[in-house]
Amino acid sequence: MSTADVVSPVTAPGEHHAHSGDGHDHGHGHQPHLAHHFESYEQQFDAGKLGIWLFLVTEVLFFSGLFCAYVVFRVLYPELFAFGHLFLNKELGAINTVVLLVSSLTMALAVRAAQLGQRQVLISMLVVTIACAFVFMGIKYVEYTTKFREGLFPARYFAPTPEALLHAAHMIHDAQSHGAAGHAAGDGAHDEHAADTSHGHDAKAGDHAHEEVNKNGLTAAEQAMVDSVKVPANAGLFFSIYYCLTGLHGIHIIAGIAAISWILVRSIKGHFTPLYFGPVEYVGLYWHLVDLIWIYLFPLLYLIH
Amino acid sequence: MTAATIDHTGHGHDAHGHDGHAHHGHGHYPGVPSYSHIMPLWILFAVFASLIALTALTVALSGVALGTAEIFVSMGIATIKALLVAVYFMHMRHDKPLNVLICTFSLVFVALFIGLLLFDSMEYYPNIAARTYVEMLDKAK
Amino acid sequence: MATIVENPSLTGGSPGAEPVVDNYLTFTRGWKSWAFTLDHKRIGVMYLCATLGAFFVGGVMALLLRSELFFPGKQFLSPDMYNHMFTLHGAVMTFLFIIPGIPAAQGNFVLPIMLGAKDVAFPRMNLGSFYLWVFGAIYLVAAIIFGGLDTGWTFYTPYSTTTNTSVILATTGVFILGFSSIFTGLNFIVTIHTMRPPGMTWFRMPLFLWATYATAIIQVLATPVLGITLLLLIAERAVGIGIFQPELGGDPVLFQHFFWFYSHPAVYIMILPAMGVISELISTFSRKHIFGYRFVAYSSIAIALLGFLVWGHHMFTSGQSAVSATMFSFLTFSVSIPSAIKVFNWLATMYKGSISFATPMVYALSFIFLFSIGGLTGLFLGALSVDIHLHDTYFVVAHFHYVMMGGTLIAFLGGLTYWWPKMTGRMYDEFSSQMAAIGVFIGFNLTFFPQFVMGARGMPRRYADYLPEYEFYHQLSTIGAFVLGVALVAAVGILVRSLWTGPKAPANPWGSATLEWQCSSPPPHDNFATTPEVGDPYAVESVKWSDSERGYVKNPSYVPSKDH
Ligand code: HEM
Ligand SMILES: [Cu+2]
Repeated sequence: MSTADVVSPVTAPGEHHAHSGDGHDHGHGHQPHLAHHFESYEQQFDAGKLGIWLFLVTEVLFFSGLFCAYVVFRVLYPELFAFGHLFLNKELGAINTVVLLVSSLTMALAVRAAQLGQRQVLISMLVVTIACAFVFMGIKYVEYTTKFREGLFPARYFAPTPEALLHAAHMIHDAQSHGAAGHAAGDGAHDEHAADTSHGHDAKAGDHAHEEVNKNGLTAAEQAMVDSVKVPANAGLFFSIYYCLTGLHGIHIIAGIAAISWILVRSIKGHFTPLYFGPVEYVGLYWHLVDLIWIYLFPLLYLIH
Repeated sequence: MTAATIDHTGHGHDAHGHDGHAHHGHGHYPGVPSYSHIMPLWILFAVFASLIALTALTVALSGVALGTAEIFVSMGIATIKALLVAVYFMHMRHDKPLNVLICTFSLVFVALFIGLLLFDSMEYYPNIAARTYVEMLDKAK
Repeated sequence: MATIVENPSLTGGSPGAEPVVDNYLTFTRGWKSWAFTLDHKRIGVMYLCATLGAFFVGGVMALLLRSELFFPGKQFLSPDMYNHMFTLHGAVMTFLFIIPGIPAAQGNFVLPIMLGAKDVAFPRMNLGSFYLWVFGAIYLVAAIIFGGLDTGWTFYTPYSTTTNTSVILATTGVFILGFSSIFTGLNFIVTIHTMRPPGMTWFRMPLFLWATYATAIIQVLATPVLGITLLLLIAERAVGIGIFQPELGGDPVLFQHFFWFYSHPAVYIMILPAMGVISELISTFSRKHIFGYRFVAYSSIAIALLGFLVWGHHMFTSGQSAVSATMFSFLTFSVSIPSAIKVFNWLATMYKGSISFATPMVYALSFIFLFSIGGLTGLFLGALSVDIHLHDTYFVVAHFHYVMMGGTLIAFLGGLTYWWPKMTGRMYDEFSSQMAAIGVFIGFNLTFFPQFVMGARGMPRRYADYLPEYEFYHQLSTIGAFVLGVALVAAVGILVRSLWTGPKAPANPWGSATLEWQCSSPPPHDNFATTPEVGDPYAVESVKWSDSERGYVKNPSYVPSKDH
């Protein structure tokens, strides 16, 4: 192979002096967004793509530490997980899964639009993706604040409130009496459950108005249910792992919002062309990875039986 | 020229320049360079539909008592979803073999890490359990 | 068909005439042109200054530690202060000096040039990596100022979750430094994969590139695990997640597993680039083609991969199960094979070579000697029953100083003296710097050899005080440390002095055949005016000495052999 067909004519030596700074940007005068040290758009794209894959590898290994902690504790202390997941809201988890899947689709569509040079489609798909990310964070916010209210903190501060325990008691009860039928764990459901509990040990269960409540704000029947809940030793570890996994994932969503916004600004400025769309693709890959991690987190945390 | 067997970057990139040889059958997208593979719309939507269906399935199955199989079933479904995302949304199917190799490689290391660690924790766990038990007895005295 | 074209930049360093070609140092001026530079060479130089600064700080701490230990009992450091001092010494040396030392400083400078590329694939990320290093360093310094750190560089729980020193600041610093290291590694992998010019096949790459490539694999795969470990430790202290805390149901042995899953591979992050440098030096200064090129290249990769399988040898005595300990001990022996392959190939390269004892070669020979001792004593430690006796004694301290300092630092100096003319365009005084190199060798052995003996006799590590029977060894060691300190200052001083007094360096002072010697000294901003001609990197006969250049030039009668 001779040298002639590889050295791009636009990188004639000496040309860089004409450019400002270090001569590293836009070295190829009439080839926008092709950095001076690359010979072609293809080389630049390949480098970027390999780079982003390697970055994703580091992300996978980064998360692997948390997955490892999860696996070790789940295998050695399964009771923590059987207990802890009672407090997670399966519906919200499922909704968030769908939200992220939608955002992955729109991201894939955005990449496609960028490759085809469809600027309008690209912009709108990115906007939808960012919107989904915000919805996801909003739902996570609701979940977190509910947990905090119920005293479901990481190990050292783990102190579930009586309401939280009552809720867990109902979940356990339901699971036992309705066989294995999964049950909704909505927050507002507590009272309703308390009312239609068909246990015999309190005849007045249905009559809220005249109920005597103890210092926990519970009726005697409810207190009995709460007392029947066996909180396993170190139950807080489940929540430690829950917060670490979802928290780190949430940070990645926020980083994703920032990255997609950057791409959005650049697409509004019209930077991307069918020859140069790398950044959209790279951010897309990152976003899909964040989705991928959630695909595992959802069943691992919310769908334990 | 052994480099070629590892990846084909050693040849310089302008060989495939901007004119784009259409190897992947995307000749119907004129002006698109060879390094850019366009995923057909129907594939993207079909993948999305499957992902949603699988999510519904895994949620539904979580209400069914599957015993010890449960974790394998839910992880199996998650892995199918993950593969769909990786292969189609992330374009792995049309990516360079090197990039795919790198990803698989990283998973091997994750398996090594989690596997060896779990193995050891399970091995020494009886020591901890015995210790906890002795401490309990001591307290009871 | 290879026609020999006179490369204009080759004559840039001819005596008398001021160079007309621009070089990377004069290409642009002003501090901003350095602070915001994207040029890998300048970033390399900044890394070099920064890491040397860190080495100096770590070195001063080491001398303080050694002075304290000159006599038994307390001299001037309280036991508490002593703990702080050895922790910071370890953390600064490992994370600020040894890990970035060769790859980020020297690697950054020479990697793209050796490859024949204009720059690394991601120049911005490269600069970012340097500033991450700076931030990480600031955090570590902040940890010193706000409360110090007394956990040891290993941050073992549960002590690190209960001590009231600034663990969070320090671990944040190390976390950031981890990302700095990841970015360097990522950049190098991509550069080597995608930026090779035509003709630069994998097996025409200099072995230094294979070594940095292998290093980069470890950096990318292992460092994230350190990141998450430290993040969990921070969370442990901040919000009590309990994963590593026994009283909350967690498991401190888990922490050690996490930590060593990174940190054993990390010792290969430290040594692999050093081995790469040595491969270059041995071939160049023996004026012989490297022996067993492919074996040396593959052994780098083998070390990188096998290095992931042995981390448990740091945990033989800390609650790991007997089965894993046995397995890890066995695997530890296997990882020494590729290291030995390298040593044998270096020796075979030297066999019947015309060896020149120029300064870099003096360092290279010291390396072979010291690294062998370090590696072989590693095998003692890898043997289960022996390690029960030797674990946490000065034997371990001596072992890892022989590999880290006798290995990596010596290779760092070898590389520095080898590439110095290229980086600065100046030749240093040969005789005085050979003397300094010999001084380093003597001082080093005097410092650390006695530590093997006292360790084997039971002197524990990380103690501020000792029984009188160890006094003799400690005193030898302290004297050695000062000899070493003086020699190191001299070695660097001689180099710095050359900036003012040294004669201009020719393009190729040593007669190496790798590409970085084809461009002028110092190299131009873009490294090569035209894409360089790539040949066998170890065909030392392709260049010959020229009296007028006072360096090596292309040998017109050289015909490349078919098999390369
Ligand atoms: C042939 C190769 C090697 C073998 C078999 C080996 C083996 C070992 C073993 C078994 C230990 C644990 C000793 C103990 O704590 O009881 C150890 C400690 C250590 N080794 Fe190596 N090693 C090798 C090479 C290296 C290299 C190349 C480096 C660094 C450049 C290194 C750095 C260290 C460090 C820093 C420690 C002590 C860590 C600490 O506890 O603070 N080793 N080595
Ligand atoms: Cu080790």
